[in-house]
Amino acid sequence: MNEKSKFLKNREKLSRHHTKSFSKLSRDRKDLAAHKAMRALAICVSILVPVFILVLFLRARPILATHNISTLLFSTTWRPNQGSFGFFPFIMGTLWVTMVAMIISVPLSLLTAIYLAEYTRPKVRAFIMPLIDLLAGIPSVVYGIWGVLTVVPFIQKVVMPSADRWLGFSPLFQTSNPTGYGVLAGGIVLAVMVFPIIIAVSEEVIRTVPLGLREASWSVGASRWQTIRRIVLRRAFPGVIAAVMLGFSRAFGETMAVLMVVGNVVQIPHSIFDAAYPLTALIANNYGEMMSIPLYDAALLGAALILLLVVLTFNIGSRLVLARISYS
Amino acid sequence: MLIKQKLEESFFKILMVISTIFVLGSLLLILGTVLWRGLPALDLAMLTQAPQGGYYLGKEGGILNAILGSLCLAGGATIVAVILSLPIALYLQLYPVPHFTKNWIRLSLDILWGTPSIVYGAIGFTLMIYLGMRASLLGGIIVLSLLELPIMVRGMEEAVSMVPKALLESSYSLGATRFETAFKVVVRQTLPGLITAILLAFGRGIGDAASVLFTAGYTDNLPTSLLRPVASLPLAVFFQLGTPFPAVQDRAYAAALVLIVLVLGLSITSRLLSTRFTKNIIR
Repeated sequence: MNEKSKFLKNREKLSRHHTKSFSKLSRDRKDLAAHKAMRALAICVSILVPVFILVLFLRARPILATHNISTLLFSTTWRPNQGSFGFFPFIMGTLWVTMVAMIISVPLSLLTAIYLAEYTRPKVRAFIMPLIDLLAGIPSVVYGIWGVLTVVPFIQKVVMPSADRWLGFSPLFQTSNPTGYGVLAGGIVLAVMVFPIIIAVSEEVIRTVPLGLREASWSVGASRWQTIRRIVLRRAFPGVIAAVMLGFSRAFGETMAVLMVVGNVVQIPHSIFDAAYPLTALIANNYGEMMSIPLYDAALLGAALILLLVVLTFNIGSRLVLARISYS
Repeated sequence: MLIKQKLEESFFKILMVISTIFVLGSLLLILGTVLWRGLPALDLAMLTQAPQGGYYLGKEGGILNAILGSLCLAGGATIVAVILSLPIALYLQLYPVPHFTKNWIRLSLDILWGTPSIVYGAIGFTLMIYLGMRASLLGGIIVLSLLELPIMVRGMEEAVSMVPKALLESSYSLGATRFETAFKVVVRQTLPGLITAILLAFGRGIGDAASVLFTAGYTDNLPTSLLRPVASLPLAVFFQLGTPFPAVQDRAYAAALVLIVLVLGLSITSRLLSTRFTKNIIR
């Protein structure tokens, strides 16, 4: 690469100084101009995220100036009309839904990824992977429709009665909200939405583990599963964590599908059947009328800022881990 | 010891097969549910008419406004995104970019990819208010093009990276500049890959709801102007599902079916294209 670029630079210099033909010169000028334009474009795009953060910060500043950050984050009263903006119920709503989604999704996705990477024949894998890609392409409103039509009735008619019978002693499974719209419904829908991300990334990571490590393990008599658990997964661990983090950040920022099944009641959920109100739903539901109440728009953009910062942190973390894996 | 090992092995293998079936089953369940509820509600009038008076009460009309609106939104956004992302992809792959800059650009594209679409929508809306714009097709196109950009750059970069080195070198050796090589040789050589990337991005654009919720708005009219609000399929699904009338909710399922057919059709087409359509390709 370096040699090539040196060669190219050299060639450019040569053609700029020694060329006789005017047309070649003008073509080189064009090349140079195009180079500069492309670089400018690429750099413009690469500062978009900082610009996003800046815009959100500037627009959220009125509320950051008048309210304490810790009251904003940890106060539970949300009464925009009276000027009190506590994000805590929404943050908890997002966390509950996301955690339920991860608890469901991570084991299933990892087992699937291991199966695809280690056990299946290439033909079967070539059949299954495109299907999982299809899952990634389904629009979020369709997930929402599926949630409303299938997941919510399933929770209401099947999960809740059995939870009542066997798990009623635990506050985590209290069925005080009989509608079925709630944390668990949002969690299940999100879990399915993040399947493709976690599966695709962790499968790739597992496949980068060198074959020699496996062979060494098999040759000393370890079984396939033992090799996977003790050798392959240990080696792939950082990448798998990165995959899970990517899934987490996707679930954290998902809006439409969650909005449709999660119930949207401003409260801190205490049971997986309670309705919740995630940050994303807060923004989507209230953005239209925010102009009528003072500070409301600043509060909503503050919510967007929180969302962006959390997702950003997880994204950067996982990308850095993944980049290091692909270089080694 | 050995029996325990074998038991453990088959236990986990069964677990893996079950979870794979679970994952694939959820795909089938989603497609099946939408098909089962959407198909009975779908008829020709839905596809060929705009909503008439009282449509949201269950009277006649269709979702042509949303179908056309979505095509305009995603089509416009895809054109803008191609104009932006083709140079970026070619730049990253063919030009001597410093290592640090390259990593920085890639990282920021990845982060852009992970940014929730509601954040795009919120920022887009804020900027539009600042500029004095109202919700419009143009606003929707701009926001969606930013949403599509990272997917497209990634896909295009992958396609461009497949070009054999010898081809580039023969182009250079004939005296072509990098610019000429990039746009006359590489683009032609990688056309199927580029189209795959474009279709994938189109699919993401057409399915996204949260980003166009405020920036493109919603209307019952067919799209006529860049500066007017425009309807879109995901929002048609969302709003119709929100009404209390079962007849209208059925139409939401039908709209979802139209949307999913569009998206999956695109995704399958792009998959087929990546294996065919290789007229100009030198191997």
